[in-house]
Amino acid sequence: MILDIGFETMPREDLEAIVLRRLKATIDRVYANVPFYRKKFEENHITPNDIKSLEDLKQIPFTTKEDLRDNYPFGMFAVPMDNVVRIHASSGTTGKPTVVGYTARDINTWAELMARALAAGGATRGDIIHNAYGYGLFTGGLGTHYGAEKLGASVIPVSGGNTKRQIIIMKDFGPTILTATPSYALYLAEVAEEMGVSFKDLKFKFGIFGAEPWSEKMREEIERKLNLTAVDIYGLSEVMGPGVAIECHEAKKGLHIFEDHFIPEIINPATGEVLPYGETGELVFTTITKEAFPVIRYRTRDITSLNPEPCICGRTLIRMNKVSGRTDDMLIIRGVNVFPSQIESVLMEIDEVEPHYQLVVDRKGKLDTLTVLVEVGERLFSDEVKVLQNLERKIAKNIKDYLGVSAKVKLVEPKVIARSQGKAVRVIDNRKI
Amino acid sequence: MHVEQISVFLENKAGRLAEVAAILAEADVNIRALALADTSDFGVLRLIVNDNQKAIQALKNRGFTVSKTDVVAAEVEDRPGGLNRILDILNRAGINVEYMYAFVQHTGKNAVMIFRIDPIDEAIKLLQKNNITVIEGSKVYAM
Repeated sequence: MILDIGFETMPREDLEAIVLRRLKATIDRVYANVPFYRKKFEENHITPNDIKSLEDLKQIPFTTKEDLRDNYPFGMFAVPMDNVVRIHASSGTTGKPTVVGYTARDINTWAELMARALAAGGATRGDIIHNAYGYGLFTGGLGTHYGAEKLGASVIPVSGGNTKRQIIIMKDFGPTILTATPSYALYLAEVAEEMGVSFKDLKFKFGIFGAEPWSEKMREEIERKLNLTAVDIYGLSEVMGPGVAIECHEAKKGLHIFEDHFIPEIINPATGEVLPYGETGELVFTTITKEAFPVIRYRTRDITSLNPEPCICGRTLIRMNKVSGRTDDMLIIRGVNVFPSQIESVLMEIDEVEPHYQLVVDRKGKLDTLTVLVEVGERLFSDEVKVLQNLERKIAKNIKDYLGVSAKVKLVEPKVIARSQGKAVRVIDNRKI
Repeated sequence: MHVEQISVFLENKAGRLAEVAAILAEADVNIRALALADTSDFGVLRLIVNDNQKAIQALKNRGFTVSKTDVVAAEVEDRPGGLNRILDILNRAGINVEYMYAFVQHTGKNAVMIFRIDPIDEAIKLLQKNNITVIEGSKVYAM
């Protein structure tokens, strides 16, 4: 179902006129209210008056995750804290998270876009939505929740974890829409099978899965095992959260970007040059309606391409293809963003540990597992096994405390971690997505 | 009266112990006693050898992490209750034994055991006061 016929099927020329007007207003606002942007504009001899067309956006420099970190926690906010009603955070590249804020109007916009997304994925107000995205600082849980309520559906705020209880709730409450990370969806299928529960006997029609990359092969597996139609949803907290783009269940071929709120660009990650439609590169977003946390040409580090062809669903919004990778070393483990540099900071806080470590990511059964290999040097070594075991436990606990992800820590002999041309191989990702 | 033990970190996988034995053989080092403590992932091999310097150098050259620890070698009467007597003495004094292991060879009628004890000097004095024979390092390496 198309929730907002006006915007979602608007002729391109009309849409572009609105986008330009909103872009100009956003540029005016960040120039006036965010010192970071004003400085960047001034350094590049740009004033808001120079932005006369959508083409002119190219003149403005990019914004990166490092910029957000340099302005931690609230330096990028464009409104006084009095007007901020919500704060979310995601993993930063070092110990500090990336912090984003929302005004009451931002929360409402987000709920509307998320409601559009759920509708595109097959949900209606008559549905019961089993929302297994984590609630908390992560935008997945609350973002989906508000969208479900805005749509008028019934939402079960079950969050992540407690998988057996989730299966019982699915059996007893009869939800018809599942929202979760794709890997957790498959894990639910596995646990249901162990419990003797068949998804054929459950009432699910559609599943809306995101927060981590997944393949067409995984879609087939989810649809078969969970007996539902699976669509991909895209979002990131820096831009808003879930609901930036959504696949329609009619085509299931690329995600419609809500361009009346976000301007997408694809760039060559090495040169910054804007690439034409169809070419693969890094996705860049400019928000044009956000009040508290607008971003101008934010580099997502996600790799994809844009498809302007009309869609069978009737939406005129451009589509992005499924994200195929990252231009940085970020890992997504069970929906949690993890940078190797964060693990390194945790290790370096423990005196005896030397900076020789490696992250191994596997998909065991349906769940991603993270193993941190740490080399045992002379400072760390003890003739007492319990000292070494305590150290393993301490590292695992610190990783869980700081990053929110469970890891198995394994002590290994020196030089086990392969060094290619003197540079250690930090990440081995054995997952086949 | 301390005895020097060397400890080697080993991953719990096939062939690691054999490799240590091969390196020591190549370096012409004789193993006097050994014990392996292990978990599912890793192990700590503890060794008493006839030439610590040579053994440590050879193992380090091959990339192993090695450390030295002071332990106590004591004679234990080779009859029921022999070990119990020593542990009882230490226990009464509130001294904890981290681990221990046995020598293959005997001295006369007695067995020899290695004790990792902390505080080590207090433990040695206590054992000697109770007429337990504590064997010097130089003798142990040559046993």
